[in-house]
Amino acid sequence: MRLLSRKATCNTHGQDSSYFLGWEEYEKNPYDKVKNPNGIIQMGLAENQLSFDLLESWLAKNPDVSGFKRDGKSIFRELALFQDYHGLPLFKKALVDFMAEIRGNKVTFDPNHMVLTAGATSANETLMFCVAEEGDAFLLPTPYYPGFDRDLKWRTGVEIVPIQCTSSNNFRITESALEQAYQDARKRNLRVKGVLVTNPSNPLGTTLSRNEFDLLVDFIKDKETMHLISDEIYSGTVFSSPSFVSVMEILKEMTPNDAAKIWNRVHVVYSLSKDLGLPGFRVGAIYSENDAVVAAATKMSSFGLVSSQTQYLLAAMLSDNKFTKKYISENQKRLRRRQRMLVTGLQKAGIKCLKSNAGLFCWVDMRHLLCSNTFEAEMELWKKIVYQVGLNISPGSSCHCSEPGWFRVCFANMSQDTLNVAMKRVKNFVTDSTGAECGSSSACFTKSFSNWVFRLSSRDHRAPEER
Amino acid sequence: MLSRKASKDSHGQDSSYFQGWQEYEKNPYHPIQNPMGIIQMGLAENQLSFDLLESWLRRNSNTMALKKDGVSAFKDLALFQDYHGLPAFKEALVNFMTSMRGNKIKYSSDKLVLTAGATAANEILMFCLTDPGQAFILPTPYYPGFDRDLKWRTGAEIVPMHCSSSNGFRITRCALEQAYQLGQELNLKIKGVLVTNPSNPLGTTMTKTELNHLLDFAIDKNIHIVSDEIYSGTVFDCSSTTGFTSIMEVLNERNNNNYNNIRNHIHMVYSLSKDLGLPGFRVGLIYSNNEKVIAAATKMSSFALVSSQTQFMLSNLLSDAKFIKKYMVENQRRLKRRKDMLVRGLRKAGISCLRSNAGLFCWVDMRHLLSSDSFEAEKELWKRIVCEVGLNISPGSSCHCSQPGWFRICFANISEDALHLAMHRMKVFTSSIFSVRFPIIMMRKKSF
Repeated sequence: MRLLSRKATCNTHGQDSSYFLGWEEYEKNPYDKVKNPNGIIQMGLAENQLSFDLLESWLAKNPDVSGFKRDGKSIFRELALFQDYHGLPLFKKALVDFMAEIRGNKVTFDPNHMVLTAGATSANETLMFCVAEEGDAFLLPTPYYPGFDRDLKWRTGVEIVPIQCTSSNNFRITESALEQAYQDARKRNLRVKGVLVTNPSNPLGTTLSRNEFDLLVDFIKDKETMHLISDEIYSGTVFSSPSFVSVMEILKEMTPNDAAKIWNRVHVVYSLSKDLGLPGFRVGAIYSENDAVVAAATKMSSFGLVSSQTQYLLAAMLSDNKFTKKYISENQKRLRRRQRMLVTGLQKAGIKCLKSNAGLFCWVDMRHLLCSNTFEAEMELWKKIVYQVGLNISPGSSCHCSEPGWFRVCFANMSQDTLNVAMKRVKNFVTDSTGAECGSSSACFTKSFSNWVFRLSSRDHRAPEER
Repeated sequence: MLSRKASKDSHGQDSSYFQGWQEYEKNPYHPIQNPMGIIQMGLAENQLSFDLLESWLRRNSNTMALKKDGVSAFKDLALFQDYHGLPAFKEALVNFMTSMRGNKIKYSSDKLVLTAGATAANEILMFCLTDPGQAFILPTPYYPGFDRDLKWRTGAEIVPMHCSSSNGFRITRCALEQAYQLGQELNLKIKGVLVTNPSNPLGTTMTKTELNHLLDFAIDKNIHIVSDEIYSGTVFDCSSTTGFTSIMEVLNERNNNNYNNIRNHIHMVYSLSKDLGLPGFRVGLIYSNNEKVIAAATKMSSFALVSSQTQFMLSNLLSDAKFIKKYMVENQRRLKRRKDMLVRGLRKAGISCLRSNAGLFCWVDMRHLLSSDSFEAEKELWKRIVCEVGLNISPGSSCHCSQPGWFRICFANISEDALHLAMHRMKVFTSSIFSVRFPIIMMRKKSF
């Protein structure tokens, strides 16, 4: 008899993928402007580090909140004891208002339909437990966030069947791709319980079009056991047009007849990890009009409640409407600027990005740098970029992209200087690679590696003058 | 449309344990606003020592402002989502647990996994140690929440090991074997035994004899032991015969290299919800020598990480060894005093308790108040106590006790005044029962 469970000993946690391996390489040799200027620059982490100053200044102006005080009185005891899985009412109210604000107040949310969870990671898994059985499947458009392989499948036993999107139409979801995915699932004898989309998309950085929404709604409308889950954790990072359209807005715009068919099968996931840049505080949420889902998810949230200390702090912050308005707009401005920097920098290196209007990353087209149109070539290129160029970026294969040569490159988790260094390195790499033969892959590797090392050492020598 | 997990009542939250809670919510006692309301004695919370924590926080306001040595740690904490946990916090926890066990066991932070509460820790352990349909043996009576925490989403089963009042509800080798047999009959693969030590709802610590029985049993059957020690800091009677002994201590005493196998099969769960009275902050942990379990549990903790803001604050609190020592001693003194009040008060009402040395509750013997030796009678009595007497206490059946008439009564979550009032109400209640019964007894004597 096996002593540990299958879940504990298998690899379904998905953490052997390159997505995580690149992370490990970075950990061994992290870039530091002063201490390790030749180190690997982390561009694989979708974090928003651009607007902490705004949060810190708010905290400095509101010291009582972190000090467990309300109107001068200590509420430490109250918070220390508060473990109600219905969540701190003040916090849920503030959160739904914040979510409405992000959506231009075109939709409103009812705090009673919200379930708080320790991060979106927990929210997504909990939703799977609520709407699917072990062995059921969810359809996900590719490319998708690598973490879903663990979050949606590992402990739930649910399968993911990809909806293959391609660059031919900028990775938009098509009717035929949806149908194909559905048939693929049927062939594998899997019962499809729904579709999960990330909107705005990770890794594409684009928002779902109304056309795509129509397709999705049509797809699930008459299949009475199918759900639509919209992971909107990047909704506050939309920095240019087209503006963000939430699935809740789509529901609101539908005719009462149509809406009646699907309103209780549509669920939203949110989190403060991306918009506010607070992944460490573990704040996620499930929103659903389906009372049974809310009831079950609420009880399940016992396994991942949000610290009351954190709920209180963020309730105060998000209730400050003047602050949230200013934050949302300034944050988006900074994201837009950064994205422009990355796109321009890559352009100078002859590399194009998918046109994007959201997210903390770009979806970058490096197909022309591949030795061959294969995933093996993509892996080779990726290794070169990690080890030689010194940038940890995420290869499209780790996001289950159907075409080799695409990479996700993050722009909001480093300083402007570091981004500039990264762009210089890319430019040098491409300049050097052009002209190099792609016959033997190891030849490619050795030649560009030694050139890069040579260039770096001479640059080091010149560095003080360049400053 | 929804999963079976979402649709059924398999979450176990329809038990009377939760129903009493609901009654209380409708009519909660308040000394001024609702003096006739129901007094909550079903909630195992430790509310006795907040003043000590609050005074520490006042003296260390930088911690709450997320400052370390005057520098803001906000950004680092905001970004910190490493499932290996804040190193300083894990170190502080390890030192805390070591000193709590009188330095008899040395813990190390790389064998620790942080989780959002013991609720998450227990579920994660089940996911790591059992496949759906496999089972763990649990001695009864046990914490009602286990039916949800251990079974609901994991698909694991619980096989009860019935303990009885005949020997103070102690674990015997015989009862363990019987439970194992029961598992076989039900076609369930037993993967381990889970004990809560100190026990909820009994309030007793496991004796070395019991721990040795458990060890021998687990070695013999080649199964796991999970020791939920979330009440380990509430042991208020620390004399050598009645103090707290962890199972690892007993294993270490055996001093034999043949026990390497079992060393990898013992896992501990801890939390700050009971000892420090901080259930709202969601701090739990799994501790294990088994590398594979730690590796898997660490990844699973992604679904239940502890807020970095909270990790930071508590790592500073727990690192103040001088304060913590003082806190633990004073906390235990206050718990003992409260327990003694409850025991005395019940005795005056003609009710005895199981002799206990830990926990936030007593295991109370009301068998003599039952109209018959049945669980129906226990339910009747319980309803009367909630609705007539106005005390929300937990009936033994909700804890899967095999004998009717036992109740768990909490003493650390209410004020002293409320406790006195509760005892007064109890005395009035039992007096009224006895005054009704007494004439009948008199009559019987006459006819003889």
